[in-house]
Amino acid sequence: MHAQYEIQGGDFTKAGLASSEVKKMLKQLNLDPKIIKRIAVAMYEAEVNVVAHAYHGIMDIELNTEKIIIKVQDTGPGIADIDKAMEEGFSTASKEVREMGFGAGMGLPNIKKNADELILNSKINKGTEVKLVFYLNHQ
Amino acid sequence: MNIITIIDKLGLTQLSEIFNPEQEINGGYTSDLLSDVMGNASEGEVWITMQTHKNIIAVASLKELAAIIIVNNHKPEKDTIEAAEKEQIPLLGTNNGAFEISGEIYNLLK
Repeated sequence: MHAQYEIQGGDFTKAGLASSEVKKMLKQLNLDPKIIKRIAVAMYEAEVNVVAHAYHGIMDIELNTEKIIIKVQDTGPGIADIDKAMEEGFSTASKEVREMGFGAGMGLPNIKKNADELILNSKINKGTEVKLVFYLNHQ
Repeated sequence: MNIITIIDKLGLTQLSEIFNPEQEINGGYTSDLLSDVMGNASEGEVWITMQTHKNIIAVASLKELAAIIIVNNHKPEKDTIEAAEKEQIPLLGTNNGAFEISGEIYNLLK
């Protein structure tokens, strides 16, 4: 199964919409609620990262009996220092974004905690690709 | 304890109208950082915050939180109320600050 959603950079009024849609779809497929909870946290954070930092993004969902892969690709400024970005508390978010309660430097750490695999590729001034893998029969 | 009992006992203002009054509350989480709530709150908890924008509903819905209480008499934006009613998440208000209301709810639930 395959699905795709668009994410608009900078548009906080729609942040979380793609994640909500995917979550509804996964619930209808009767996946383990514990896995759905982990997926919801990780994909929401990936979606918000696009909204807060990038210009435009695509969220791709691929699902088979074994695993679910969520790929979020954006066009945007890219991440200068991935190791630094993975640190809890580090953020390059603007003051406005922080005042809304985003940009606490917890997004990528939240993704790491909840996904079974996180693969992050980024090119400066091009964009970022975040690949999340969740194994469905994993304990 | 269900949400309508908590609303009555603490004199909370109902900022949204469409929700299940029998919704059970099994705890609470107090934070103004959305990723903190995403990472650390649990299903069925009431979220205490001063954030009033629409994104709090997306967070509450994705985390299946039981309700949101906005502190210090802050008023939510109109689209926040609309989103709350669409998702049927009780959006409540209090004149108290986060410390007082968290303490009161803690005492009610312990």
